[in-house]
Parts: sequence; C-alpha cells; structure tokens
Amino acid sequence: MKRSFAAVILFAASLTLSVSMAAAETIKVGAILAVTGPASFLGAPEARTLEMLAEELNAKGGVNGNKIELVIKDSGGNPEKAISFAKQLIEEEKVFAIIGPSTSGETLKIKQICEDGKTILLSCAAAEQIVEPVAKYVFKTPQKDSHVVHAIFENMKAAKISKVAVLVSNTGFGQAGKGQLEKQAPEYGIQILATEVYDSKATDLSAIVAKLAANKEIQAVINWSVEPAQAIVLKNIRQAGWNVPIYQSHGFGNIKYVQAAGAAAEGVIFPAGRLLIADKLSDKHPQKAVLTSYTKNYETKFKEEVSTFGGHGYDAFKILCRAIEQAGTNREKVRDAIENLKGFVGTAGVFNFSPTDHNGLGFDSVTMLTVKAGDFVEYKK
Amino acid sequence: MTLELFSQYLLAGITYGIIYAIVGIGFNIIYNTTGIINFAQGEFVMLGGMTAISLSQWLPLPLAIGVAVLIVMLIGALVEILFIRWLDRPSVLRMIIITIGISILIREAALHIWGEGVRSLPYFVGNEITTVQILGARVSPQVLWVIGVCAVMVLGLSLFFRYTLQGKKMQACAANRMAATLCGISTRNMVTLSFMLSAGIGALAGCVMSPITYTQYDIGTGLAIKGFTVAILGGLGSSMAAVAAGLLLGLIESFSVSVVPLAFQDAISISLLLAILFFRPHGLFGNKDAADLKEF
Repeated sequence: MKRSFAAVILFAASLTLSVSMAAAETIKVGAILAVTGPASFLGAPEARTLEMLAEELNAKGGVNGNKIELVIKDSGGNPEKAISFAKQLIEEEKVFAIIGPSTSGETLKIKQICEDGKTILLSCAAAEQIVEPVAKYVFKTPQKDSHVVHAIFENMKAAKISKVAVLVSNTGFGQAGKGQLEKQAPEYGIQILATEVYDSKATDLSAIVAKLAANKEIQAVINWSVEPAQAIVLKNIRQAGWNVPIYQSHGFGNIKYVQAAGAAAEGVIFPAGRLLIADKLSDKHPQKAVLTSYTKNYETKFKEEVSTFGGHGYDAFKILCRAIEQAGTNREKVRDAIENLKGFVGTAGVFNFSPTDHNGLGFDSVTMLTVKAGDFVEYKK
Repeated sequence: MTLELFSQYLLAGITYGIIYAIVGIGFNIIYNTTGIINFAQGEFVMLGGMTAISLSQWLPLPLAIGVAVLIVMLIGALVEILFIRWLDRPSVLRMIIITIGISILIREAALHIWGEGVRSLPYFVGNEITTVQILGARVSPQVLWVIGVCAVMVLGLSLFFRYTLQGKKMQACAANRMAATLCGISTRNMVTLSFMLSAGIGALAGCVMSPITYTQYDIGTGLAIKGFTVAILGGLGSSMAAVAAGLLLGLIESFSVSVVPLAFQDAISISLLLAILFFRPHGLFGNKDAADLKEF
C-alpha cells in the first residue's frame, strides 16, 4: 500500500513537473491561412514564411527560452472554415495568439470571436474594417486600403486621368477596395464611370471587358482583387485590343500573377510595399536590411520568389515575438506591448502602433511599382 | 449596341457555350450507355489540362496534348472498371453518390500531385496579348482554337455514332440494353468505351481551354455543374440538344452583362436551370413521353 501510494505521489509530481516545464518551454501560436484555394498565392507563402521563421527561432532557443509551436490550419480562403478553426484554436488548442487569416473576408468573420476569446489576432489581410473600429485584440500587418487608394489616385491625378472604370472581385477584399475607391474618388476629381463585380473563380471575363471597352470615355481601369482571376482580366483587356492603362491593388504583389498574365502584365501600375524591389533600394533605406535578408532566406529555402503576402506573415510573426520578448508570456501584457510598438521595421513598412491605430503603417509604406519585362520595378514617370 | 460589341458578346458566348456543351455531351454519352449521371465528368477536363501541362515540359505541345488525352481516356476506363463495372443494377441515388465520391477522390489526388497553384498551357498561337480581328471583334486566337476543336469533336462524334460499327453498337445499348445483349453486343465493353470517350473529349476540351481559363485542381466541380445544367437543358440523352443548349446558355451568360451587372451572371444560369426543371424537366428538346419512361 505504501509503495503504490509513493508511486502515485511520484507520478503526480512528475506530471506537474513536466506540465510546468512544458508551459515554460513552448508558446502555441495558431495560424489560419488560405494555403489552398483561390487565395493560395497569399496563404501558401505566408505558411512557408511562418514555418521558416519558427524553425529559425526555435533553433536559436526560442523567445526568452520559450520555443514557439506553430499550429497552421488551412482555411482554403473559406470564411466558414476560418470561423470553425478560430473557435477550435481558441477553445481547444488555447493558442497564445493567432496569425492570419490571409483574406479580409475571413478576418472580418472571426474578428469578434477573437475579441470575445481575448486572443491576439495579427491578421494578414488588408481591409480597413479589420482595424476600424479598433478592437482591443485585433491587429493587422498589410498596408491600409485607404493609403493604397490614395497612392493610386495621386498617380492618376499626375497622369491627368479623371474617368475610370473599376473592376473588383466578389470577396471581402474586393468589396472593401470598392468602398474605399468610391469614397476617395471625388477628393481627387476622379469620376468612376462603371463599377463591376466579378466572381473570384471566374475563368473568362471577355464579355464584361467588351462592354467596358465600348465606353470610349474610360481613361483607365482599376482592377482590385487577390485571385488569379485578376490575371485573366489583364489578358482579356489586352486581347480585346484595348490599350488602356491598368492599375491594380496591392493584391498583385506576387510574381506568380505576373507569370500567369504573361505579356499582358507589362506596364500594369500598382502600389505595394518595398519588398518586391528590395535589391534595388539604396543601402541607406531603413527597410533594406530586413528586406534583403528575408528575400535571401525565403528564396534559398523554397526556391521561389518572395511576395508581399509572405511579407505580411513575416511581419506578424516578428511583431508577436518582439512583444513577447518585451513583455513575457502574459497575454494582456503582450497585447499592450504590441499596441505601444514604435519604429518596428517590417517588410511592409515601418510600424508605429498606438491604441487608436492597430495597423501602424502610413502613406509612405507603399510605393508605386510597375511590371517591366516580367519583373517588378519602381514606377518612374 | 454596335456590331463590334455584339460580335464580342457573340464570340465570348460561343466560347463558354461550346465548352459547357462538350462537358454536357460527356454526361450524355455515359448516360445513354449506362443510365448513370457521371458527376466526375468535370474532373476529366481538369485532368486533361493538368496532364498536358506536366507533359509539355518534355514533349512538344501537340504530342503532349495527344498523350494527355490518351492517359485520361485510360483513367476513364480505369474508373469504370474499378468502381462501376462490378455494380449489379445500382439505383440512381447510389450511382450519384458513387460518382460524386470518385470526383472528390480525383480532385484530392490532383491536389497532391500538382499542388494548389494555377497553371496553363502556352497559347497555341502567339501569347497572352495576341489578338485577331473577326466579325468586327478582337479576340485571342485561342478562342478560335476552342471553337474549332470543339466543333470538330462534335462533328466527329456524330459521324462516329451514325456511321461506325462501334458507334452503332453504343446506340443500340442506349436504346435497349437487353436487346443489345441478345444481339451479341458486349454491353460491358460498350460501357467502358463510353467512359473512355467521355473522358477523352473532356480532356481535349480541358487542354484547348487551358490558356484562356487556367487549370487548377478544383475547376472540375464548376464545370460539372454547368455541363449537367446544359445536358438537362437540352434534354438528357441527346448530344445535339446538349450542343444547342450549351450555346444557348453561353450566349445568355455573355449577353446578360449588357443588361444586368456582372455579379448576377451565375445567378442567371442557375435560375434558368431551376426554371427548366420546374416547367420542362425533359429539357427544351426532349420528348416528354420518352422521358417519363426513363428512370432518371
């Protein structure tokens, strides 16, 4: 009796010891990413980036001695799956924080769930509504739609373009973009002559392109989407013999879209973070070191070119780790640390968070790029 | 509406329409010979495109397409032998579930083999921005390839069914399975042949439309739905009706953007399917009495 009693005590002691040791050793970070599906050009680089960074960090011993355990869920870009994964990660896995989702539609659906679950959410999606109104636990790393739209319209004003057509995809990102474009157009004296919404899985848009091309007053087309269908729009426009200037959103920031559109992508103008032109930046630029090291590591490891989307994942992970470094493993303190982070150099820009700004990026985080000979270059008039 | 705009809509509509028609014909061929609605039809189109893209790395394009079509035909035969052949007079519901299951299997296999990205074959003539002028409209030459190849397939099939022995045997099976067996026709082989033929035409359509629409592991489902819509619209069982119905659906989708916003395009085709199913379930060109006699 004595022996079994001792055995039980020993067993219980070893259990508590191992549990407390485990608690000191790993921080569970969840990620909901669109690794497959129509947004896979976003989610797949994000997932790869997170895995690469977690591996790198854990090899160095983790953050303050705590290793990061990454739990990545593939939502396929589907908001319903994102909701169920969010609940699973918060309630069952009890993750410390969630990185993602990849798309605006999914993020908006889980915003309240994370807020209620008091779990930090670092979204890799762009829509303004993710951080406006500000939710205590919800942050985002891509540039704001409103800054992107501002950059596009500034460029158009300088090019004396005043009448445009807007094409958006039927996703949260597309709708958010449409809202911003319509809101800001009057401020720049730009008139939107036609707005059309296309299916994110559309395979051919030549009919709608024909209708727009027939309107001779249209001076430029803005194509706002993050699906491969945006490349189809480009092809259809050029195949219709329409040489109108085409502006894209920052959802164009993956060289695979340029490859998909081939010759039709030449001359497309779009605002994006400086990651895509990292090697062409001057050495004095504050982001140069971060951008070139991320580019080198990612491209060597995965044998594919970096995209701004992978960069959003990078920023989310690095911001979280910096906050944990500063504030330890208490969730509230880490949340406060993120909120007060200033001057953080990421791939999308230099972040300056505040209680009213959970995005932290300003106008200067985007620059106008264009496509020349199948490569991204800085846009020069 | 100017002539130019009208021609653009017309050509776009014919392009979509003829692809739907090919998938619809695929449904009809298998339905005629076996009474089965093969919901994996869309996957054959996807497989054709994907296989050709992979093969085009080592073979010249025409050869890659030819070999891809043959491979998919073999896969079609394999699907029939493994999943359909040993079933003994299955009910319609069971067949539908089985073919949906097969389509999911093929889709997941494609995801594992080719990943989640979009790919496409190179344009047969020119590149992404070449355009030709036809009937006042400007289109990519690939559109003419799609229309041409599919038209040739439709013609080839009707000649096959009318004038060759194999074609007549398949028609015999479609008309009356029991009588065909009594005449010495091996219905088993006809069933396999019908799967191979459906798979082949689907694969070729998949290859020729790949530069326009991109090929991705999950394009099969949408195509199967549209193809099924078209087959029902024309009257299940008649391939010529499927062509007419396909062109009709394509033209409606294409011209609809001139009157309603683009966002409603899919809603229009689904509403059309629902309307047909309510008011004329035997299809536009089908025969009511004949349809009542069939089980499905």
